[in-house]
Amino acid sequence: MSQKVLLNAKEVNIILHRLACQLIEKHNDFSNTVLIGLQPRGIYLADRLTKILKSDYKVKDIKSGQLDITFYRDDFRRGDKTLKANSTELNFLVEDKNIVFIDDVLYTGRSIRAALTAIQSFGRPNEIELLTLIDRRFSRHLPIQPDYRGRQVDAINNEKVIVHWQENEGEDAVYLIEK
Amino acid sequence: MSELSVNHLLGIKYLNKKDIQLIFETADHFKEVINRPIKKVPSLRDITIANLFFENSTRTKLSFELAEKRLSADVINFSSGQSSVKKGETLIDTVNNILSMKVDMVVMRHPNPGAGIFLSNHVNASIVNAGDGAHEHPTQALLDSYSIREKLGEVKGKKVVIVGDVLHSRVALSNIFALQLQGAEVMVCGPKTLLPKYIDKLGVKVETNLRKALNWCDVANMLRVQNERMDISYFPSTREYTQQFGVNKDLLDSLDKEIIIMHPGPINRGVEITSDVADSSQAIILDQVENGVAIRMAVIYLLASKIKQ
Repeated sequence: MSQKVLLNAKEVNIILHRLACQLIEKHNDFSNTVLIGLQPRGIYLADRLTKILKSDYKVKDIKSGQLDITFYRDDFRRGDKTLKANSTELNFLVEDKNIVFIDDVLYTGRSIRAALTAIQSFGRPNEIELLTLIDRRFSRHLPIQPDYRGRQVDAINNEKVIVHWQENEGEDAVYLIEK
Repeated sequence: MSELSVNHLLGIKYLNKKDIQLIFETADHFKEVINRPIKKVPSLRDITIANLFFENSTRTKLSFELAEKRLSADVINFSSGQSSVKKGETLIDTVNNILSMKVDMVVMRHPNPGAGIFLSNHVNASIVNAGDGAHEHPTQALLDSYSIREKLGEVKGKKVVIVGDVLHSRVALSNIFALQLQGAEVMVCGPKTLLPKYIDKLGVKVETNLRKALNWCDVANMLRVQNERMDISYFPSTREYTQQFGVNKDLLDSLDKEIIIMHPGPINRGVEITSDVADSSQAIILDQVENGVAIRMAVIYLLASKIKQ
């Protein structure tokens, strides 16, 4: 198993700030926008972006939440293991809101498909966008593309892209791992 | 671990501590789901479930049906009253006929103890026991423990007394197994005639004085007197039973501490508990009903994930 660093802490930081600026460009004061981190790995990115927007760009009031897609996935009973759920925290209705889904890696697009179904349980949003730190090109199973991307990566199927976060793994970094 | 150790839910006896933990954690997520504006998830859209009720039931049947529908399963219902069972068909034949219609899971209530176990040995479907005679009622015990956990933080170390008709109660036996598995202390309390003879062999305390029992416990689970299962007289009169084993507000208020009152339903108001107790803030009877749907969703979800395509 070999491992290659795709992004180091400094690069991750630069990208996070760029993504935050791109969000401001589109959403101004975020009065009708909600950032939704997708469980389990998207929540760290969503938290980080929320923090940057608040502290560095003085955006006052940002609504954010966490969405779990386990019960909406299309591979129930298809793997060996029971799918384990994570918590959903959306303390508001998304009716007529502009939603930004936030996930760390966009790969097949199936998680996003599940998230699009899951969010309907909380109302009818005005629009939904997608932000991902890593966009793995050429591996999509569905016609889904990100609106904001940190870095585009060409990885083949037996390679894995792993994102580490300071608050969870003790460092900010993105690795390409060959299985 | 994220998988149950069993393929059927036949009784608490066959579960381990981790299974209960997993069911509770999964139920937490489903409780959040059933409080959403849209209370439904598509997980089980390719699963068909048959609810076979060979004995009357209102809340358990509704609760199971709702749980199945909120998971998007297809549901068929069957009550023995309107079926060919009356024409002499055997249990295995009835179920195999239903399974030929491509059913994946069977939820069954049956008057005979062990009916679910028997069925699981003979048919090819996942079986959930929704009550078999006076044997077990596992989902009720799970939702009872879940409600205690929700109210008191954890089940471990808590003292629970089961009051009333223990002899005819499947809820009592399943509760004893479930509570002990999670490290709670259990006592049974009732007239001697309604306590099984060797019940202490299960490691439970036995008490015939209700006041002593209530002073000892954190939670009192009040059982219904099951008149329909009594072929002889077990106590002189309902009035005398109520005087000795009924809980009223005065009795509750006179205790050293505030205890929690549970009841699996249906309540005989004025017999085992009075109306003011049933409707008091100490009673969590309606929470139990709400939790019942979440627990049954969890059980069905976890069992369904073990049915291979």
